[in-house]
Amino acid sequence: MSDIAARNAALRQPWRSLRRQREGAAFGIWIFLGSEVMFFGCALLTFAVYRSLWPDAFAAAARETNITYGTVNTALLLTSSLTMAAAAEGAAAGLRRLTLCCLAATVAFGIGFLVVKGFEYQEDITKHLVPGAGFRLEAPQAQIFFAFYWLLTGVHAVHLSTGIGIATVLGIQAWRGSRMLASPAFEALGLYWHFVDLVWVFLYPLLYLGGRS
Amino acid sequence: MTGLGEERPASTAGIWRATLPVWAGLMVLLVATLVGAYLELGRFNLVLSLGIAVAKAALVVVFFMQLKRPDPLLRLAACAGLVFLAFMFTLTYADVLTRAPPTQPGTVMPRSIPDRPAAGQRAF
Amino acid sequence: MSGITAERAIPGAPPREPSYLTAKTGLASWLLTTDHKRIALLYMAAITVFFFVGGAGAVAIRIELFTPQADLLSADAYNRAFTFHGVIMVWFFLIPSIPNILGNFLLPLMIGAKDLAFPRLNLASWYIFMAAGGLAVYTLLSGGVDTGWTFYTPLTTAFSNGNVLAAAAAVFVSGFSTIATAVNFIATVHLQRAPGLTWFRLPLFVWAIYATSIVMVLATPVLAMVLALIFAERAFGIPIFDPLRGGDPILFQHLFWFYSHPAVYIMVLPSFGVISELVTCYARRRVFGYNFMVYAILWISLVGFLVWGHHMFVSGQSLFASLAFSLLSFIVAVPSAIKVFNWTATLYRGQIVFDAPMIYALGFIGLFTIGGLTGLFLASVPVDIHVTDTYFVVAHFHYIMVGGAVSALYGGLAFWWPKITGRLYPEGWARFAAIMMFFGFGFTFFPMFIMGYLGMPRRYHVYPEEFQVWHVLASAGAVILAFAYLLPMGFFAWSLIWGRRAPANPWGATGLEWQTSSPPPEENFHTPPVVEQGPYNYHPEHAGPPALEREQHQPQGRQP
Repeated sequence: MSDIAARNAALRQPWRSLRRQREGAAFGIWIFLGSEVMFFGCALLTFAVYRSLWPDAFAAAARETNITYGTVNTALLLTSSLTMAAAAEGAAAGLRRLTLCCLAATVAFGIGFLVVKGFEYQEDITKHLVPGAGFRLEAPQAQIFFAFYWLLTGVHAVHLSTGIGIATVLGIQAWRGSRMLASPAFEALGLYWHFVDLVWVFLYPLLYLGGRS
Repeated sequence: MTGLGEERPASTAGIWRATLPVWAGLMVLLVATLVGAYLELGRFNLVLSLGIAVAKAALVVVFFMQLKRPDPLLRLAACAGLVFLAFMFTLTYADVLTRAPPTQPGTVMPRSIPDRPAAGQRAF
Repeated sequence: MSGITAERAIPGAPPREPSYLTAKTGLASWLLTTDHKRIALLYMAAITVFFFVGGAGAVAIRIELFTPQADLLSADAYNRAFTFHGVIMVWFFLIPSIPNILGNFLLPLMIGAKDLAFPRLNLASWYIFMAAGGLAVYTLLSGGVDTGWTFYTPLTTAFSNGNVLAAAAAVFVSGFSTIATAVNFIATVHLQRAPGLTWFRLPLFVWAIYATSIVMVLATPVLAMVLALIFAERAFGIPIFDPLRGGDPILFQHLFWFYSHPAVYIMVLPSFGVISELVTCYARRRVFGYNFMVYAILWISLVGFLVWGHHMFVSGQSLFASLAFSLLSFIVAVPSAIKVFNWTATLYRGQIVFDAPMIYALGFIGLFTIGGLTGLFLASVPVDIHVTDTYFVVAHFHYIMVGGAVSALYGGLAFWWPKITGRLYPEGWARFAAIMMFFGFGFTFFPMFIMGYLGMPRRYHVYPEEFQVWHVLASAGAVILAFAYLLPMGFFAWSLIWGRRAPANPWGATGLEWQTSSPPPEENFHTPPVVEQGPYNYHPEHAGPPALEREQHQPQGRQP
């Protein structure tokens, strides 16, 4: 009985049933993600065009990135996706303990990613990898590579920070009990989080793995 | 139960059983792409690393993002962006790859001028 | 009148239930509302303000161009005036106008829903829109931008003295609002339709808004990213399109037009939907070829993404790409032509009433046809090279965007005014305004075709004297046009107080929105509607007009 009450509490206007509301939330997020695909796709197209125009300069520039930080960060994000998936499944199954633990772990992995990224940025700045006067590499096109490096990782970090913020809020709400586990918000957050992860999955080979062989 | 009529694991152990193998697969692919980057494959290094990225993305999308669920609406929404992205890439490359030599970006050879005077404003 | 028009008022029930306008009072009930109808009115207020702001830019331009010399504005001020006119009119008036006012109000009503799928997101998108508008006004106050609404690099990134960063930020932020609204509309159409309302029973307005939303979701983020690239290059000096360091400015144009060409369809597709509703109602006919109308809308929204390169024929883009884009541009004209033919065929043997909305609709069809056909001139490479960046282009896109979209907006506002406010507008004045808009528009923009063909370039404030006669004609027409825009604002406002009270269905129109009271109650329908028939059920499906004998004239439309 309490299960039904909880589900009724999670139902909002103008939806007729919780099942439909869940589908609506997932569908809405998926449309938004389609929009995000175009957003990152636009930058990746620009990157791809320049990479095909200046392959040597881009390979030389990619060698300057720190592959250790990049790989550790990839592992961190992929693992955060695991805990996020478990949290969303746990919320759908009504497993409070699992949901809260996994959400906390997800937030921790996300913050870990940002911390590693911060160290990496610091190193890049000391190595003069910021485009402009005094840039480390000779070829002017290498500056374009690093323009994209800063831009894409920066925009990705903004997305990740948004995800961390929402995950924190949802976690606190679930812990206090002001948000039902049946709420579709957990699954919606999961979809967004996995997408941010996917962006990194493509940034990693493009920014870190080029020119290594 | 509360989902879209699909079979979902209801216990903690069941959830881990469903998600951990996917994570293991992702980690294997991560190691593979890292090793692959150091192999001498010429231009196929990029093909390999992007191929592995697509495989990772497929794992995440199908299992973590639940596209294995038989919900055509969500699958449609997920594909829409990719289709239009393909249009954007195809038609832009239709120009970039066929431009006449005088209009190629490489023709005006870039000179390494540290900073040219620009009238525009800068944030810093 | 058929049974559909009977008022749903139950005898013995209290005379007037509170409508959405009167259910709650106080400023907070408006600013914190999640009711799609009230949010539509919030948008109407905001967009009207932006229409005036953007219109002020047009006034400055037309006064300056009255004489061949520079008497009112300096070259720089003129650049800022037309840029501001473009930015405000495109992103703060045309793109949000029909979707966010009429779409927001009507979409849930037309599909029998209580509200949009995500009501709070809808309110949030209004606030984002207002924030973007605030940034745009700040841009104006801090000196404006002189780059043109197209933000071409390297002008924007290196050389412009205007406040490009604020303008780019304003457009970027308004994109969030557009996307939020579009996500909401798509989810609503998919998941909130009334029982029995299958896809091919949807009114064409719903189809049009749905297709527009798809274009918004997939095109707007590309603009957002490309403006972010411009912003980063200008603000932080990181090279992205800088030719000195290997960058390719043409790439910017590709990405910009990947958004901005579909944006034209964002502006005009909703108008198609409005016109389909108006033409059927005032001709008392089923729409001719409903299925083809739907396919044409979807076809436009798909192929509209593939034609952007026709803006770049003289940019240095490859000849192969120019030919491909030219061919695709001709292909996208086919569904637009289908729509014009089908509206015309809908009129055939209809019982046409020349009420104001119908006059707007007929004006739309004429202006859109001229705008579309001159678009074909521009899609063919040789002609385009001759008239690129002349007034021919200016006239062409104003025919589509102003002649088309604004006519449809005013026609739609008149048509649904009784539903929105519960009051009837004064018909005589409205007909006068509609006719005046058509002629004012023609006087303003048709001379531009001629002077553009003769070689008058756009974006210049000083011009050879031989063009003065055309410019004077255009400026004089603009006065008539401005009056035709202002007059409806006057009589609409008048009708709020002195207009006659509207019945639930004053036009005898089909469609779910006419089955509820005028104005609708807060939850839209007193009893949740169930749909059992297709749209535009103005006569039995296969019983066309009798071929030989004259149809008996029936009183329809406005009650005597």
